[in-house]
Amino acid sequence: METEDDLCQQTNWGSSSSKLQEQGSSDGGGNQAFSGFTSEQKWEEASILDYEMDGVEPDLQVFDEMKASGEENVQANVDFLQGVRAQAWDPSTMLSNLSFMEQKIHELQELVHLLVGRGEQVQGCQDELAAQQQQQLITTDLTSIIIQLISTAGSLLPSVKHNMSTAPGPYTGQPGSAMFPCAREANNVASQSQNNNNCGAQEFDLPKAVVVDERESHVVEEHEMKDEDDAEEGENLPPGSYEILQLEKEEILAPHTHFCTICGKGFKRDANLRMHMRGHGDEYKTAAALAKPNKESIPGSEPMLIKRYSCPFLGCKRNKEHRKFQPLKTILCVKNHYKRTHCDKSFTCSRCHTKKFSVIADLKTHEKHCGKNKWLCSCGTTFSRKDKLFGHIALFQGHTPAIPIEETKPSASSSTQRENSEGGNNNQGMVGFNLGSPSNANQETAQFGMMDGNISFEDSFSPMNFETCSFGGFHDFPRLMFDDSDSSFQTLIANTCGFSSPRNVGESVLDTSI
Amino acid sequence: MKKVKQIHVFKPNFDLLSEELVFIILDLISPNPSDLKSFSLTCKCFYHLESKHRTSLKPLRSDYLPRILTRYRHTADLDLTLCPRVSDYALSVLASLSGPTLRSLDLSRSRSFSAAGLLRLALKCPHLLAIDLSNATDMRDADAAVVAEATSLESLKLGRCKMLTDMAIGCIAVGCKKLTSVCLKWCVGVGDLGVGLLAVKCLHIRTLDLSYLPITGKCLHDILKLQHLEELLLEGCFGVDDDSLKSLRHDCKSLKKLNASSCQNLTQRGLTTLLSGAGCLQRLDIAHCSSVISLDFTSSLKKVSTLQSIRLDGCSVTSDGLKAIGTLCNSLKEVSLSKCVTVTDEGLSSLVMKLKDLRKLDITCCRKLSGVSITQIANSCPLLVSLKMESCSLVSREAFWLIGQKCRLLEELDLTDNEIDDEGLKSISSCLSLSSLKLGICLNITDKGLSYVGMCCPNLRELDLYRSVGITDIGISSIAQGCIHLETINVSYCQDITDKSLVSLSKCSLLQIFESRGCPNITSKGLAAIAVRCKRLAKLDLKKCPSINDSGLLALAHFSQNLKQINVSDTAVTDVGMLSLANIGCLQNIAVVNSRGLSASGVAAALLGCGGLRKAKLHASLRTVLPVSLILHLEARGCTFLWKDNTLQAELDPKYWKLQLEDVVP
Repeated sequence: METEDDLCQQTNWGSSSSKLQEQGSSDGGGNQAFSGFTSEQKWEEASILDYEMDGVEPDLQVFDEMKASGEENVQANVDFLQGVRAQAWDPSTMLSNLSFMEQKIHELQELVHLLVGRGEQVQGCQDELAAQQQQQLITTDLTSIIIQLISTAGSLLPSVKHNMSTAPGPYTGQPGSAMFPCAREANNVASQSQNNNNCGAQEFDLPKAVVVDERESHVVEEHEMKDEDDAEEGENLPPGSYEILQLEKEEILAPHTHFCTICGKGFKRDANLRMHMRGHGDEYKTAAALAKPNKESIPGSEPMLIKRYSCPFLGCKRNKEHRKFQPLKTILCVKNHYKRTHCDKSFTCSRCHTKKFSVIADLKTHEKHCGKNKWLCSCGTTFSRKDKLFGHIALFQGHTPAIPIEETKPSASSSTQRENSEGGNNNQGMVGFNLGSPSNANQETAQFGMMDGNISFEDSFSPMNFETCSFGGFHDFPRLMFDDSDSSFQTLIANTCGFSSPRNVGESVLDTSI
Repeated sequence: MKKVKQIHVFKPNFDLLSEELVFIILDLISPNPSDLKSFSLTCKCFYHLESKHRTSLKPLRSDYLPRILTRYRHTADLDLTLCPRVSDYALSVLASLSGPTLRSLDLSRSRSFSAAGLLRLALKCPHLLAIDLSNATDMRDADAAVVAEATSLESLKLGRCKMLTDMAIGCIAVGCKKLTSVCLKWCVGVGDLGVGLLAVKCLHIRTLDLSYLPITGKCLHDILKLQHLEELLLEGCFGVDDDSLKSLRHDCKSLKKLNASSCQNLTQRGLTTLLSGAGCLQRLDIAHCSSVISLDFTSSLKKVSTLQSIRLDGCSVTSDGLKAIGTLCNSLKEVSLSKCVTVTDEGLSSLVMKLKDLRKLDITCCRKLSGVSITQIANSCPLLVSLKMESCSLVSREAFWLIGQKCRLLEELDLTDNEIDDEGLKSISSCLSLSSLKLGICLNITDKGLSYVGMCCPNLRELDLYRSVGITDIGISSIAQGCIHLETINVSYCQDITDKSLVSLSKCSLLQIFESRGCPNITSKGLAAIAVRCKRLAKLDLKKCPSINDSGLLALAHFSQNLKQINVSDTAVTDVGMLSLANIGCLQNIAVVNSRGLSASGVAAALLGCGGLRKAKLHASLRTVLPVSLILHLEARGCTFLWKDNTLQAELDPKYWKLQLEDVVP
């Protein structure tokens, strides 16, 4: 399709939208244009660039008119869509949606027929003013119908998608490749178009209304979250007060993120790029060109929306498709998150040769403290802090602090003797715990019974978990419970106790089921 | 002893006498160790019966342990405080010989054992209930952690184990679940974490001594949740402050005794929260408290109205505060206001007026008090048993007459540095059950007054006449005649005392402590008389008695086998006398400074001879003369040296000494 190609070129957004306008106003082919719109892959990028273009003032009159007329219907639409979204995959709703679409298409057809008939009539009347009014009325109707159509069509998909995301195995599909996956995105389109409106000369109040709707839909989502009692750390921004951006995997992993448009040289920091640009000519040496782009905004203009980021990995909690979506704050967060969670851990600690990291900064932090985990429990767990060790010992029956070997010269035999006598049970118990942390699981089972494993649990036994997580009657478990360290027990820990840090939960479930 | 022998003569066959009966007899004669010794030496049968009967031992040397424990198979309580050196070997012998029966072991004065020995002990003594490892200043975590193997342990003392940290305490807390009494005094390496874990893991704790630990109020949250906690000692815990106790909510109904003395950062607010849940508290010690005990402060005591004992030593106390205490806690039986210099007649009178039940009162160094207070005390506290009023110098001599008349139940009376005279002593002698009387620096008393005491107080066990210069042989002989239970007497600097006194005192066969420092008229003859007849003599101070010479020490060496401590500085003792002291097995402390007749080799030989020596106070010049290897050897045996280099000072006139003292203290 023509429009699709245009949009992909990103830079000539203005012209593409003007084309869109032409098509939308000319005939019922507007539908077509919108479908092209939604299949746009780099939608988010397009919108980013969109902000930076000040000079372009596309004439979006008709588009705006469409919006204006749709105002009354949007509310109903959103409600309807939420109803659809709330339900799981259900053929009957699918069917009702399809019939709804069918009905709408019929309505559209009738309208066009009417339009044709009217056109003749108008010619007869010779009343230009009346004709204009009628035209406006009809286009309003038309727009509302088209919007309803699009949203309904879009709502058909997410239910399928949810099923897919919960399935195991890597799913590398691009979320953007599907048609509007949910109502929020549909509204996103609206809000983005609204930005364009602001650039234009015409003033309409409707964008605010759209934003309000978007917020409402988010509120519902939030209630869902609270129902499931998922108290996650997060900034709890009012939904809709920020804009969600999603970077591509390649972009995230790219060493440089800022490229010179002239010579193509890449930079890690935008400031460095701007410094570089000075070499390309005097026009880049002005104070305005060197200043931070964000700060340029004129005080009078509407404040910018806060940007929040989504992880491109589908099924990830940081992905905007996720039911309990938690946005990432900065691009750096995105990068670190993606590398940590979805990439191989390629950096190995040079001291212990066991710990691996995907973010080099993590490695450096670890290497600083590696080998300093001197607080040791009889079960083999090490802690970097004494109070954490004592918290651990207070919690578990039979675990005792282990005094470092350097100091236990005379009583080395005694301590081993003791561990032999009662260590066996604990060991098995602890192997069960180890499985809670996926990275160590296999390794630990291999070292079954070895006391000097010295595996650090700092990651999986994060201090927060210890304090907030209620173990219930966990330490009242009889020894037998420790003995049969089968998978059921492990999953029990992994799932209910929250041993593993939140980002590992999904993985750990998979691991323990192996 | 004689009786037993007679029985032996008339009834040689003891098979008819049941074991239980013999054991009852043994129970009755056991207070005197020499009687037991005679009994067991009578015949083989008695020997076996005695070794079967005895359960507690206090050996002099750890080298004897194998033989002793083979003989006494039923040893349950073993006190090794007289053995400065207990090796791992000794402990393993101990464990294998009396492992099954051993219940308590005291290693508080012993060194040179390590984790290996303790482990053997812990594994082989399944019924070990109490162990005292105090003063093991070089014991590390690894050694102490072995104690955790003794799972039956109920009482553990680790005082002054300065190297221990939370780790060792954590191990012990996990291992010894049955602990009821724990002492961690001066374990300065143990903090909140270790103590907190102890409180979480050992739920039966009744007594907990956390004095001088760097703990904060944090661990008290866990400690006060203990269901059976009765005694909590927090002396000198500077980390315990109001802020860390702010969130404390507890309901420790079992708590009976709380010692929060010297907690500098604990004020009224913190104390209120600490006492809020302790409704059944009986004894409270807030000595050396940083805040003023005023009317405000006493509001924190509202919750503990059943208090029976309160100590406010060294606090600044107002009259209002004392009055409020009297009103709030009127069941008080013991009050200590020692060194509370701000106490006035008004305050004390208003306090004691409310306390009809008062048994013990300590007003040591309350210098502002006058006869008015004493009159009030005598009138309102007829049940008083103990009164300590050292240095209440404003109290007139007439006030003491009243004490004797009203407080007939007095057993303990400290009148050091007071204005009491013979009339006062006559009155006090009517307290028939008086057992301890301190009359040091009472310059107004004479033999006449003392003879009243000698005649009327047969139960007197302790008499202090330090620098009471009016006393002569006549007074002492009347005491020796009347008070046959006398155990302790101090006649230091009573210059008129001669050998006659000592001869008469030798009638008191229970005498244990005899101090006659600075009595120039005492000679070896008198000393010999005491040595021969007072078999229990344990502590002897003969400093500045220039007439004491070797013959006195030879007599001591021969007869006083229980002597533990001797001071023969500034006497005429020579090498011979010193060497003879090596004959006394349990001698622990020797002080010989400025005895001109001593040579280095003589001292060296004497020191080598006294195997159980723990402390030796010698002249500094000997330090360089004595071979280093000898000093090292003795130190390895557990002996510590104290080097003094002061020369003999001329003794001042006693009256003048008192005057000089008064000049210093206005």
